[in-house]
Amino acid sequence: MAKDELMNYEKALEMFEVVIGLEVHVELNTKTKMFCGCRNEFGDEPNTNVCPICIALPGALPAVNRTAVESSISIGLALGCEIAPNGRFARKNYFYPDLAKNFQTSQYDEPIAFEGELTVELPSGSVHTVQIERAHMEEDAGKLTHIGGSTGRIQGAEYSLVDYNRAGVPLVEIVTKPVYGAGAEAPELAAAYVRSIREIVKGLGVSDAKMERGNVRCDANVSLRPHGQEKLGTRTETKNVNSLRSIERAVRYEIQRQAALLAKGTAIIQETRHWHEDKGATSAGRPKSDADDYRYFPEPDLVPVQPSKELIESLRAKLPEKPADRRKRVQAEWGFADLEFRDVVNADLLDQIEETVRAGAKPQAARKWWTGELARIANSQDKDVTELEISGAYVAELAQLVDAGKLNDRLAREVLTYVLNGEGSPTKIVAARGLEVVSDDGALIAAIDAALAKQPDVLDAIREGRMQAAGAVIGAVMQAMKGSADAGRVRELLIEKANAQ
Amino acid sequence: MSELIRKNASELVELLKTGQVSSVELTQVHLDRSAAVDQDVHSYLYQSPETALAAAADIDRRRAAGEKLHDLAGLPIAVKDNLTTTDAPTTSGSKILEGWIPPYDSTVVKRIREAGLPILGKTNLDEFAMGSSTEFSAFGPSRNPWDLTRIPGGSGGGSSSVVASFQAPVAIGSDTGGSIRFPASVTGTVGNKPTYGAVSRYGLIALASSLDQVGPVSRNVLDSALIQDLIAGHDPHDSTSLPESLGSMADAARKLDVKGMRIGVIKELMGEGFQPGVMNRFKESIALLEQAGAEIVEVSCPNFEYAIAAYYLILPAEASSNLAKFDSVRFGLRVAPEGNPTIERVMAATREAGFGPEVKRRIILGTYALSSGSYEHFYGAALKVRTLIQRDFAAAFEKADVLISPTAPTTAFKIGEKLEDPLAMYLNDIATIPANLAGIPGMSIPNGLADEDGLPVGLQLLAPARADARLYQVGAALEKMHEDIWGKRMIDFAPELEVRG
Repeated sequence: MAKDELMNYEKALEMFEVVIGLEVHVELNTKTKMFCGCRNEFGDEPNTNVCPICIALPGALPAVNRTAVESSISIGLALGCEIAPNGRFARKNYFYPDLAKNFQTSQYDEPIAFEGELTVELPSGSVHTVQIERAHMEEDAGKLTHIGGSTGRIQGAEYSLVDYNRAGVPLVEIVTKPVYGAGAEAPELAAAYVRSIREIVKGLGVSDAKMERGNVRCDANVSLRPHGQEKLGTRTETKNVNSLRSIERAVRYEIQRQAALLAKGTAIIQETRHWHEDKGATSAGRPKSDADDYRYFPEPDLVPVQPSKELIESLRAKLPEKPADRRKRVQAEWGFADLEFRDVVNADLLDQIEETVRAGAKPQAARKWWTGELARIANSQDKDVTELEISGAYVAELAQLVDAGKLNDRLAREVLTYVLNGEGSPTKIVAARGLEVVSDDGALIAAIDAALAKQPDVLDAIREGRMQAAGAVIGAVMQAMKGSADAGRVRELLIEKANAQ
Repeated sequence: MSELIRKNASELVELLKTGQVSSVELTQVHLDRSAAVDQDVHSYLYQSPETALAAAADIDRRRAAGEKLHDLAGLPIAVKDNLTTTDAPTTSGSKILEGWIPPYDSTVVKRIREAGLPILGKTNLDEFAMGSSTEFSAFGPSRNPWDLTRIPGGSGGGSSSVVASFQAPVAIGSDTGGSIRFPASVTGTVGNKPTYGAVSRYGLIALASSLDQVGPVSRNVLDSALIQDLIAGHDPHDSTSLPESLGSMADAARKLDVKGMRIGVIKELMGEGFQPGVMNRFKESIALLEQAGAEIVEVSCPNFEYAIAAYYLILPAEASSNLAKFDSVRFGLRVAPEGNPTIERVMAATREAGFGPEVKRRIILGTYALSSGSYEHFYGAALKVRTLIQRDFAAAFEKADVLISPTAPTTAFKIGEKLEDPLAMYLNDIATIPANLAGIPGMSIPNGLADEDGLPVGLQLLAPARADARLYQVGAALEKMHEDIWGKRMIDFAPELEVRG
């Protein structure tokens, strides 16, 4: 991969205005596929969830998944879109081995939802409203694995394997209008926008919304134009960027790369680009012109989707709170400082903390567990904290055990590792493993006496006000009790003892 | 020759019900007939006597056990080879599908099996139903039992010739622009293209999805009615299938009454280009209907002159997309090109070797009609014509309950006569195509023999969408008048075929 020349970011922004456009594909979590009854399930054995329809055997016909239509309408409504009373599917014709029919059943000039907007808050606190052009229904393609060759790409591969389990999985593609005016924050805006889309579809329960599984995929269009110029610059489309961080980096990279080219007077090639997370760079894909000829025409095998007003209104009535409203509400309810709350949002932990608080934890305790110990564990396992196998209820239980003095911090962390290993609830683990803090004064006094026997000067030191001397005894007691002692109580007992003599 | 094979299906059903004949016996006499004549007629692409006899034996056993059976149980039937069957290859007349055994039954075949009709075999057709003569079948043409040097019509020449040569009492056809009606017309048989959506297309190998419709082929009107009643009805697998029942066609065929019905003669479908013998018989039938108490009115459908042009844009456009799935990846023929076999080159070599000349002609035409820059002029314009033709029909049906015309301008032409002249071939369908463009039902019934060549002539009946019953009512009434005059059925004028083997 040839190394691109990059312009200093600040300089690029001085010279050019950044315009971005985002296409987000959301995989719906319907039980079955878009046009057939096959299971819509990630990770099954290849080519087990297939039938004559999704592998396009001669004679097979599609039938629209009602739930997928309802999910698409809900997404449209959540984005403030109009819902088309009569939405047709169209065929997008092109040959590719992952596309069984050699056309994709999609929507073209009659998307199910159009003309919406989404308000997005950036980490800096600035707020942008992104105009949504459309949200339309379509089907996913199969998955190709290219064997042989060095790049994992089709070029140079010896052969390719096709898994049609994903073929026909329902997708909603959400397309923004060009987004202006984000300036230096364009990369952050791109990421924040996708985060909001994820929150919306998760809140609606219509998608698992896991980016690492491709449930939410973003294609980022970037173009630059000199300040004051009306005509949009030539854009590139960076495909399938599969994490929020990558979106931000890829947009930033394209800004710097395009700026360097334009400054030299080199024209930008309209093309798709691939993001390489390891190299932190994009590379050229295929040229893309506006005249790509997909020979769209109305899908004759499907009657138009005509959602009734009643259906639309009943879905509207079930919409959850808007992400921005929800954030305002929970921050106030939890009493988090702005910085604390931003960390929570940036780590995508709103759902988890809400669940934890609902299960009885104090908001601050919930926040500390999720952004602290749990984030650390996830990081050490190279995972996203949201991927950890632990419920908010268990975290709440753990926090309550600590509050009640039944666990100290060290023990709680230990219990947590057992919870993550799947040993059950914290209470159960504490009982099974005998990990409860010992607060039985008799046992503690005996241990203190044993420790004092070896360090008889300590009581005098305490009486003289040299409290640091107590540490040695407390340490010895903790060691003797294998960590299960309540250090605070040991300290209290020690002081009582010193004052009594 | 067993007298059984000459009988109408309605009579055979009575013989089966009353135990005067067994299904095995009935199936066997038809298989014997095929053994005697089909090397000349070539109606079948595939027959499995064992499978047919096993199905027949099963019905006989169930009848003997006193089971409640479908009215048509035990009646043998032939099926056009573009409907999928799990126990017989389904080729659609193409090399690209030679030997392909589908893993699923088409809905129509499923209904046939569930009702207990033994399937005698799969009948010949022009490749992917593209043609009017069966000469474009990759497996050689079928021949007209009235004159073996002539075509039996197409694309369903296998199904028309199979009933005309007494190899089957009834058959299933499909009609995209006349593929049931034109063959019926030139072989002295009956064929109905039901209202679009009346019969499920699931498992019908698509030619043009918005035009294709499956329907019955037989030697008299009541028999077709019985078959339509069997195969029609909503199918959740075909989203374009009508939700409601169209009523009993058999009841309509038994009325034998046209008193007070308004019958419209379409001005544009007579005169120039129509053979004199065709016009003479047509005028005689108008007189018969009038004598029987029908009111004859003239109607005008001025946009019919554009029907063929529009049809040959819409059909190829849809076909070019429908046939894209034949790419060697998942089923059917695979041809490896010489040298480095990339996926594109394998696809190209397979399609080059697997598709015949008419299929290639239409794929190229359709691909062009949908390309950007051409779409508005060609495909878009054709859709407008389609609307105009629908309006012509709407206006005509204000004045008339049923419309009539000759089914085709000529009697059967000689094999080879029009092979090099696609446009002349396309003109055969001038009277049948408008019904497909409008989605309305159309029936062809025998209308006597042309004076100049003594070959069968057909009369076409058209009704508004969902009013198929009117066709059966008028068709059966006219058929009765004809038979009263002729003293026998039309098919009884057909010359005896030489019996071999």
